[in-house]
Amino acid sequence: MMWYFLMSDAFTFGAFLISYGTTRFATNQWPDPYAVFRSYPFGGSHELPLVFVSLMTFILIISSVTMVLAVHEGHYMNRKGVAKYLFLTILGGLAFLSCQAWEWTHLYHEGAWWGRNPFPNADGTVSTTNFTNFFFTITGFHGFHVFSGVVINIIMLIMVLKGVFDRRGHYLMIEKAGLYWHFVDLVWVFVFTCFYLI
Amino acid sequence: MEHTLESLEQEHHVGGGRKEIWRVTIILTVFTLIELALGVWLMNLEEGEGAQLTIDFIKGVIVIFMLAKAFYIVGYFMHLRHELRNMIMTIVVPLFLFVWFIIAFLADGNSFKNNKNKYDAGHKARSEEKMPKHEPQEEHPLH
Repeated sequence: MMWYFLMSDAFTFGAFLISYGTTRFATNQWPDPYAVFRSYPFGGSHELPLVFVSLMTFILIISSVTMVLAVHEGHYMNRKGVAKYLFLTILGGLAFLSCQAWEWTHLYHEGAWWGRNPFPNADGTVSTTNFTNFFFTITGFHGFHVFSGVVINIIMLIMVLKGVFDRRGHYLMIEKAGLYWHFVDLVWVFVFTCFYLI
Repeated sequence: MEHTLESLEQEHHVGGGRKEIWRVTIILTVFTLIELALGVWLMNLEEGEGAQLTIDFIKGVIVIFMLAKAFYIVGYFMHLRHELRNMIMTIVVPLFLFVWFIIAFLADGNSFKNNKNKYDAGHKARSEEKMPKHEPQEEHPLH
């Protein structure tokens, strides 16, 4: 069932990203992502494009790996192993959310929000608010998925520590939570490419 | 839901175990690094202007790496490659709708842009106005 839920979720994200793509194709000019996303915490006035968002990408990939390891330990009914890797996954998710919170705050202070776009197009012409609207809507929707993934993982961790799955005889529930978590990582692969790289 | 049956079969679709996990991790990391390298290349190219074909080519290569990463995440991390064949088909076949979806909508957006530029002179002129130069350099704690 998890698979079919994820498939419908994939269509939701797909529809978002395709409407973003359609709008970009229907617009003459678009802001340069390398000029917009170039700050990082404690960087002061130093500007390095891609650095901060690559950090976010790696955080999410690593947390995906720890989730796989948790599922793997679950196959061997190793309660301590599952708890350890689930904990690391939750930490990764929280780290990602903090990064995103910082980025949103930073962009907000630069004057960007829904309906407000301070960034010029790549060729210096006036840009529309489509850029910020799509950015905040899609990364926000993804961030909400990360948040619910973290909540699900915390519930799973509590259940693991209470020994619910040992009594049940299998760790299939961890596998389902894992599927959701990997899906969140998968969506980020697309969001990252569509917004920050292309 | 036949949980007992599923858990019995689980032993068969665990896959390559730890070794496979690390292999896929390394592949994903390398692909991301390549994407970033291409991004840096793209960034330096755009300062030079022109070269639209090269830009589109690099973007295409990035998209291919993106799809490869998606394949590895779904196939190995989400274990889809180790599921039953019919199960794989019920998931993958509906996703082929995206092929039509993407082509149709992007082409639609593109033709909308071309028509608007062709028949609405005001739109074209407006889209060529330069943004007035005023740097919003307000003081804020987080920079």
